[in-house]
Amino acid sequence: MVEGIQSDVQLTSWLTQGYFLFTVIHLLGLACFAYIVAKRLVPLLRAQSDPRFDQPLARLGKVLKFWFAQWRHPRYPVAGILHILIFSGFMLLAMRAFTVLMVGVSPNFVMPGLSGSAGRLYQEVTDYAATVVFLCMIFAIVRRLVFKPPRYAVPDLYGKSHTADAIFLLGLIAILMAADSLFEGLKAAAEAQQSHTAVLATVLSLPWIFCISFASASPTSLGRLYFCGYLLHESAFYFLLCYRPFGIQFHVETSLFNVYFAKLKKGTLKPVRWDVSDEKLDQVKSFGVKTFEDFTWKHMLDFYSCADCGRCSDNCPANAAGRPLSPRFLSIKARDYAFKHYPMSGHAGNGQPLIGTIYSEDEIWSCTTCGACEEECPLLIENIDKVVDLRRGMVDDGNVPQSLQKPLKSLESRGNPYGKLEKKRGDWASAKDFQQTCQVKTLDKKNGASTLFFVDSVTSYDDRMQSIARAVARILDHVEENFGILAAKEKDSGHEVRRFGDETLFRALREHNAQAIRASGVSRIVTADPHAYNALKHDYRDVPPVEHISQVLARSVNSGAIAFRAVDNHENVYTYHDPCYLGRHNGVYNEPREVLDAIPELKRVEMKRSRDRSFCCGGGGLMLFYEPQEDERIGVKRVRMAAEAGANVIVTGCPFCMTNIEDAIKVAGLEGKMSVIDLAELTDQQMVREKPVRECADEVTTELVAGR
Amino acid sequence: MEILVCVRRVPDTSENEIALNAEGNDIERDDLVYSTNEPDNYAVEEALQIVSRVGGKVTVVTVGGEEDEEVLRREMAMGASHGVLLTDDAFTRSDGRGIATILKAFVWKGNYDLVLTGVQAEDGGAQVGGMLAAMLDYPFASLVTAIEVLEGKKLKISREIEGGNKEISEIDLPCVLSIQTGINEPRYVGMRGIRAVASVPIASYGTSELRIDAASVGEAGTKVRRVDYFVPTTTKSAEILQGSREENIDKLLELIAAKGGLK
Repeated sequence: MVEGIQSDVQLTSWLTQGYFLFTVIHLLGLACFAYIVAKRLVPLLRAQSDPRFDQPLARLGKVLKFWFAQWRHPRYPVAGILHILIFSGFMLLAMRAFTVLMVGVSPNFVMPGLSGSAGRLYQEVTDYAATVVFLCMIFAIVRRLVFKPPRYAVPDLYGKSHTADAIFLLGLIAILMAADSLFEGLKAAAEAQQSHTAVLATVLSLPWIFCISFASASPTSLGRLYFCGYLLHESAFYFLLCYRPFGIQFHVETSLFNVYFAKLKKGTLKPVRWDVSDEKLDQVKSFGVKTFEDFTWKHMLDFYSCADCGRCSDNCPANAAGRPLSPRFLSIKARDYAFKHYPMSGHAGNGQPLIGTIYSEDEIWSCTTCGACEEECPLLIENIDKVVDLRRGMVDDGNVPQSLQKPLKSLESRGNPYGKLEKKRGDWASAKDFQQTCQVKTLDKKNGASTLFFVDSVTSYDDRMQSIARAVARILDHVEENFGILAAKEKDSGHEVRRFGDETLFRALREHNAQAIRASGVSRIVTADPHAYNALKHDYRDVPPVEHISQVLARSVNSGAIAFRAVDNHENVYTYHDPCYLGRHNGVYNEPREVLDAIPELKRVEMKRSRDRSFCCGGGGLMLFYEPQEDERIGVKRVRMAAEAGANVIVTGCPFCMTNIEDAIKVAGLEGKMSVIDLAELTDQQMVREKPVRECADEVTTELVAGR
Repeated sequence: MEILVCVRRVPDTSENEIALNAEGNDIERDDLVYSTNEPDNYAVEEALQIVSRVGGKVTVVTVGGEEDEEVLRREMAMGASHGVLLTDDAFTRSDGRGIATILKAFVWKGNYDLVLTGVQAEDGGAQVGGMLAAMLDYPFASLVTAIEVLEGKKLKISREIEGGNKEISEIDLPCVLSIQTGINEPRYVGMRGIRAVASVPIASYGTSELRIDAASVGEAGTKVRRVDYFVPTTTKSAEILQGSREENIDKLLELIAAKGGLK
């Protein structure tokens, strides 16, 4: 025991010699880091306001789940497990790193609570942690160099490969771990020499290997190495600390804050300006994001936090279809811009427009706002709000593709993107065949109802989609719902108008609809369009609660109000396509599946990409009018996924998904082999009724029946 | 450069279902939505682009009533600095020549280097631009698809001629040009832009300010009168190819070639 203390004394005497040097490195490292972080905060202080200081408990919950428990990482098993190991290693090693750093300036420093057996246990655990992190780094380097996962590739469009930078950083961490282990290993070796006992280091750990390697070294060599080990550890530590804010590893510092301040409500959109009330919005000189400083501070923090993992782009349908959009580079390009224009010394910020310099117009119009990127991001980075803000900026400058100008103008003058007459909005309900089976009330002063069926534009006017409206009406009738429609008094919900950046037009549409809805006196709303559902649920205020038809259906099926007869064709294999604004944005995944599974003898398979990983159909609303540059239609990719899953009938719950998938089936040359049907249409078709009305069903529906 | 752009409010063909009224002498106008004549937007956009390159101001003018202010506001929201409404009871039901006479009187009042019109009004006959130039004794070019400002009060312009070919000319200023769609991509104007110019005053002039003889314009001065409106009966013009994909492609190519679409 006495000898053990002597050994410590001997080694620490080596450290004491470096006291001055170590202190200088400590102070220099900390000062540099503080300076760099202060500089990094400059743009955040010039940014737009963003109130994210509310609901601390909900935010802490997010931190526990997404940061501490690394919730989203296992979605990519290899990289995810690797990251979880590294993250837990870092968490465990934090106190050890602090202790090691302190020893240089205070040789007898012991972390409070870590003396005695607790300290011994912590020592052993962290010996392994350092080893695991070291091995993970080696594995990660090999993975980057040999296996090269495709999602890390940088397309020519976006500059040079990031591999060298990634490997440099991984290497630095490996060195840090090695230095730490060398330091601990030498201490153990010295102790072993002094006490003439066997090796004391934790078996099979990296320190243990160093301990064995230097077991027979002379005390002087051990001392020198101990000194070097400390210096290497300290230098590597501070170099990494100060280098991280210049690249992808800044997330080590920012992630905790990024997750804490993350958006709490899905499906919502940020207002044009957080600090301007609705009434004063018209007085705001400029809308949206035009220059870097127009982003909110949280969005800038997102840019700093992006770890370049590529999961967003790997899931982005626009990226998959070859559109000029990769969400990963929305962040990377903005971060590069921030680093360049907010340098460590010299003039900061130049306020140049972002569109035309770092972003292209097509890039920003390419997004379908499906939310796949946000669903996947382990750091909860937001992309939709940024894209919409950039679009608001372009709309404000009159910079809107010609293909979108017409529908936007029609929405302004007629309340629908086709420019069709308002008085024909309710015509779908007065088709003769249909009226024989179902009478739909138009709500006005004389005709009231408890439920409003909000149809929205595409379902009201599009010949094919009207069949969904009729199916919904028949279903509501069947479950004895007292319902009506607004017909000519309804205008487009404005969901896509808002997401395409025309906030003023959206507000006009919202005001009109909200007033009409309130005047109708209904107590609840049902819609078959997830976009309208999302708008009424999140974008509108002071309107009755809204449900998607699939929720009504699931409830009616469970209560027995709707019973199904078995499917006619047993060869058919069904798959359910989750619409983005029903699934990802609103969490309605189970209800449509419950309805399908209630249909006797219906065979259902899941596509590989389903539920929260669902793959967008190509985008709804105004996206139907946009002419993107792409290699292949997004919808065609989706149809192929259904075929891969072995399905030949795609069921969906959104009129836009229906349109896109129906077109895609033709483009993919799968006509006759694959079909698509809306959940409401399928329900209408399979529902058991008192009196059969199949001969009165819509042409399309009967056609589908005939097709089986 | 001082540029005047003549614009017009027309029933929006993409947002209306055009039908004849009961008398058969006009279209049913009750449910119509009006908007700026589409080619005029291109003319205004072109004027704004010229001004952003060489400096100057853009004024937009229209002949009509109070309801026509709406199109002036839209063009002002695009960036035109002034809007002028030429309005007088005597102007009602002017024919093309009448409109040109009114516009000529207004052009004389100002000091414009360049007068632009859209290639044609969607409910008109592509006549005002040419007549206006003749009345002003200015040079005129129609169907202009590109404009470049040269030294010494000259423009280099490109015109679209039959077969998609381009003809490049020099033209002296002041001149009148009728602008073809496709010359640029007009900027988007939303409700917000229009609200921003909602309170900007719009000057209005009548016969006395313009010193026009009321008898030379309006219904009184009309030399061309509409006698009938006629909707051609639809004939069966669609042919649906029924065959395999390859057969259909071959048949389609054959049909296109037969109509001179393939060389």
